[in-house]
Amino acid sequence: MAKRYDAIIVGGGHNGLVAAAYLARAGREVLVLEQRHLVGGATVTEELYPGFKYSVFSYVVSLLRPEIMRDLSLARHGLEILPLESTFTPLPGGDYLLRGPDHAQTHREIYRHSPRDADVYDEYGRLMAQMAMAVRPILGMVPPDPAAPGWRDLQSLAQLGSHVRALGGERFHALAKLMTMSAADFLDEWFECEPLKATMSASGIIGTFLGPRSPGSAYVLLHHYMGEIDGAFRAWGFARGGTGAISSAIASAARSFGAEIRTNAAVQQVITKNGRAMGVVLADGEEIYARVVASSLDPKRTFLKLCAPADLPTEFREAIERFKIRGSSGKVNLSLAALPNFTSLPGMGMHLRGSISISPSMDYLEQAFDDAKYGEFSRHPYMDVLIPSLIDPGMAPPGQHVMSCFVQYAPYNLKGGWTDAQRTAFGDTVVNTLCEYAPNLRENILHRQVLSPADIESVTGLTEGNIFQGELALNQLFFLRPVPGWAQYRTPVRALYQCGSGTHPGGGICGAPGRLAAMEMLRDGL
Amino acid sequence: MLPGTPFHSRTAPLCAAHNWRRWGPCVVAGSYDLHPEREYFAVRTSAALFDVSPLYKYAIRGVDATRLLNRVITRDVSRCRVGQVFYTPWCDAAGKVLDDGTLQRLGESVFRLTCAEPNLQWLYANATGLQVEIEDVSEQVAALSLQGPSARAILQHLCPADLNDLRYFHVMGSQLGSVAVEISRTGYSGDLGYEVWCEAAAAPQLWDLIWEAGMPYGLVPAGILALDVARVEAGLLLLDVDYTSARAAAIEARKSSPYELGLGWAVDLRKENFVGRAALALEQTRPAQWRFVGIEVDWLDVEGLFNAAGLAPQVPTQTLRASVPLYLSDEWVGYASSTVWSPITKRYIGLAHLRAPHFATGTSLQMEVTVEHQRRLASAKVVELPFYDPPRKRS
Repeated sequence: MAKRYDAIIVGGGHNGLVAAAYLARAGREVLVLEQRHLVGGATVTEELYPGFKYSVFSYVVSLLRPEIMRDLSLARHGLEILPLESTFTPLPGGDYLLRGPDHAQTHREIYRHSPRDADVYDEYGRLMAQMAMAVRPILGMVPPDPAAPGWRDLQSLAQLGSHVRALGGERFHALAKLMTMSAADFLDEWFECEPLKATMSASGIIGTFLGPRSPGSAYVLLHHYMGEIDGAFRAWGFARGGTGAISSAIASAARSFGAEIRTNAAVQQVITKNGRAMGVVLADGEEIYARVVASSLDPKRTFLKLCAPADLPTEFREAIERFKIRGSSGKVNLSLAALPNFTSLPGMGMHLRGSISISPSMDYLEQAFDDAKYGEFSRHPYMDVLIPSLIDPGMAPPGQHVMSCFVQYAPYNLKGGWTDAQRTAFGDTVVNTLCEYAPNLRENILHRQVLSPADIESVTGLTEGNIFQGELALNQLFFLRPVPGWAQYRTPVRALYQCGSGTHPGGGICGAPGRLAAMEMLRDGL
Repeated sequence: MLPGTPFHSRTAPLCAAHNWRRWGPCVVAGSYDLHPEREYFAVRTSAALFDVSPLYKYAIRGVDATRLLNRVITRDVSRCRVGQVFYTPWCDAAGKVLDDGTLQRLGESVFRLTCAEPNLQWLYANATGLQVEIEDVSEQVAALSLQGPSARAILQHLCPADLNDLRYFHVMGSQLGSVAVEISRTGYSGDLGYEVWCEAAAAPQLWDLIWEAGMPYGLVPAGILALDVARVEAGLLLLDVDYTSARAAAIEARKSSPYELGLGWAVDLRKENFVGRAALALEQTRPAQWRFVGIEVDWLDVEGLFNAAGLAPQVPTQTLRASVPLYLSDEWVGYASSTVWSPITKRYIGLAHLRAPHFATGTSLQMEVTVEHQRRLASAKVVELPFYDPPRKRS
């Protein structure tokens, strides 16, 4: 008789691997099934052009939990996270805004644009860091269900209450505003400098189908500060070897604990019997059995593709159908013969070694969103650009470079669909936009990879190419993620769990969903 | 005013931080940027260029050169082949360490000794009756240290010989451009690296060559603050920080033997008589009183202590060169002499001296941590050195 595993993890993205590592570490026999030839999901490095390595999809480590790095000894398994030094916002008029690691230098630079903002900037940073401290425990917590609280839910709720109470009046009020306002309105209360506001607000819109003036976009501003309070652990940064190195390190840790990982093994369906998951069927018809099955795929794929409709309550199915997972971004990866030379700040410097943000003003971002609202990609998109080879020279041959451009907005439901011509036009728009700031870019492009949200979906399987497996909007966070009543990693199908970014606390290379799900499985007696 | 090094004309314009620090008889860059983090990461991910000219350097030549050095250092010089480099301490008659450094054997009876403090008089004193020429070439010889995974590729662009043939702790003569150099496969970083030695007059030219070759590889000029983090990760001790020279110790208790500094492997009691041999031979027969070890401070404990005060954890991001007490239960059992947050291993680490019998690997300790002006204790444990040891270091 074929081997029966303790757990099958569907999908070898970083969360699937984290879940597998934690289960294997607890002595369980675990099998990870990944459809592609390499693990990582959207967290992969691929050499698509000889010598040039692309972090094809995700490109920075966002909030990888320190406890995961520690529990899985990821440093020993090769994970090295390098600092991103600066945020550079080139401006159309030939000016720029550059924020770096040095406090005084950044103050001077903001002062150039707005003396008032320069002073307020620190105050704002402190307040946000304090709120992040209060909110951070939520990232490591199984969301309590406030509607049907059990003993543990009540405990979590009480714990949460005491955290919020400890914030004190001023910060509590700021937190309430963050939870309800738009990023633009919230930042308007603090700052006047357009490029500063726009660049800061960008973190609130990444991966969502919202503009900076849409309510609810303020909350994600806080995420940026969560990384800072992890301090020396450096949760934000660039992984040496690209984001694929993160998956490799987690996979290596999982294997060291005894987990089995199979690639080229696409799961077609979850096998159920009497409302209980028994195993999976692969695309080639092979059946594999386990005591539990955990899916790290997004909620729509998990429940609408892998599960038979009859296995799910209708209300649940409908809620999953309503789950917002709109693709809103694309990715352009470039191989370069030489560095881009920015008109506003020529030559090499700190400004090229961090994030380059195309976000000159709030109006610019909101107009970029306007295009998307009506089914077009942004004619002048917001971009978060990185030159990974300047941070890790191993990403490209000596003297040459790779450039990663995260581009928003690129709606999945593009008018006329994502044809080859549209994809090319999208790629041209990105290059043209960048050339407005760094004209030498075009002539130095050796290779260009353009990924529309449809491409992201077809390669990684992420529904609509949404990078977070579901938007990080307040109505889809915490005990509402993915749907109310099912935010604790369990599902209406017994022994079927969810462990991807579609669960709390959500997307980015964070790993917390995988870890928390594994702990819930173990809690249930696996 | 202390002088700069022969590379000053090149390092000064790069030193945006104006962060000059004394090292031996000179000033060198502490860091080039206000935030030296990038300089540290260059050592581990690309390549960093350090000006290590302030090292004291002595040329020792003559038929009795081997005899002199065998009298001074604790290792057996006759085992050091031409083209080989020895790391070694040397001691006073009581077997207490005076200094440590590297000995390059450049010819059958041609050596170069490098060290942190002046040792000319000590060499003279031990050369009585020997046919040997001792020359202080500290100012005549300039040196650059190129450390990091790309170090070999960069240097290979300039070096006619195949650098794969230059093994770990070996040295060879070469010509880089028009500059005559010696290249040693050494460094103070615990990574793949080389040190390049040349005449002081050619120093700017050497810098330019390496600088240009290194550009495509992301070469970063790096100061001693970055080096100070790397060397702790590599488990390498530093005079005046991790130990006191017997020459400078105000009290007996501040002196250390090689055994107490983890350098027992570098003491060769089988060779002919050398300074301190009798004392060391005796000490070797007795159980050790002290041992130099690595410690790892428990992150959760540190985080908990700071969180209790409403703060994010604070750890030294530059090597803390201060003695920090270590306890076992309530008993003082030793001290950490260098502590730092290791960015690459994501561990809070330290080099420490522990009293017998508390130095076995795995021993649980407590380290003093100051949280909001109050002294607290965080758990720590004794771990093996080095903390970071990539295979490329010896490759």
